[in-house]
Amino acid sequence: MTTPMFDVPKFNVVVEVSLRDGIADPEGLTIERALPALGFDGVSGVRVGKSLRFVVEAPNEAEARQQVEAMCERFLANPVIEDTGITLSPVL
Amino acid sequence: MTAKVGVVVFPGSNCEQDVVEAVDRIGGSGELLWHKDTHLRDVDAVVLPGGFAHGDYLRTGAMARFSPIMDAVTRFASDGGPVVGICNGFQILAEAQLLPGALYKNQGLKFLCQPTTLRVESTGSVLTRNLSEGDELSIPINHFEGNYICSEETLAALRDNAQIVLTYRDNPNGATADIAGICNENGNVVGLMPHPERAAHPLLGSTDGALLLKGLISDD
Repeated sequence: MTTPMFDVPKFNVVVEVSLRDGIADPEGLTIERALPALGFDGVSGVRVGKSLRFVVEAPNEAEARQQVEAMCERFLANPVIEDTGITLSPVL
Repeated sequence: MTAKVGVVVFPGSNCEQDVVEAVDRIGGSGELLWHKDTHLRDVDAVVLPGGFAHGDYLRTGAMARFSPIMDAVTRFASDGGPVVGICNGFQILAEAQLLPGALYKNQGLKFLCQPTTLRVESTGSVLTRNLSEGDELSIPINHFEGNYICSEETLAALRDNAQIVLTYRDNPNGATADIAGICNENGNVVGLMPHPERAAHPLLGSTDGALLLKGLISDD
């Protein structure tokens, strides 16, 4: 067994999964309609999505991003109805 | 020889016994398969039943498509074997890209459990091959995510290849083009949101579902 000389860098990841433009979002619409009833006027364009947070190990940020993009494509989102946004930052 | 229909049980499936019962009643032999199996034994057809496979975590069908048995199901389907996904099973087939499009939350955000009237749009699928275009069937739905969504190109292709198998007379969930069920280009893979196994005995108020399931075990 060998001991690595350096720790493998880690990155905090946030994946935002949202419905693609043009796909009706009944949940967002219901929330949008509820807001004025509670006195919050002037709100439009409510869209409901989900976010996934995790930590990945990778030699650098570019490779970490590649890994996360592959996860999104294969598993984390369904490209027929969903878009993803990826945010990465080094774990300090 | 009695046709064997393998019914795949995922953790969270809950309609598998109803499918086995319905298949047995119409002269086939229903047999449960476990999602961790890696082969389909010697079944003549496969059904992915309704329920909440793997808790529907992440998205409906998103985890189930990676269950070990799905490799065997995919091979069976590409060899022309009949594969039918009912409700959650349809969602799994869509996630596995064995069928195009996706199933999203019902437009009215209500869980719907009610009888529906379906129209047979195509007889080119393994489920509808014994029926006639325009036939109306009474079969219940039971879902929260049955709103079929696809791109305009996919919809055009479904129409051109007669892959729209069943439509709702009164669209209950906002599905694109009133779609209740579709098939692949060869017609051997079918997904539908309504539950034919729940309309397969006179005591259930309709036996129209048996007409569909019979397509799995014979072509007459």
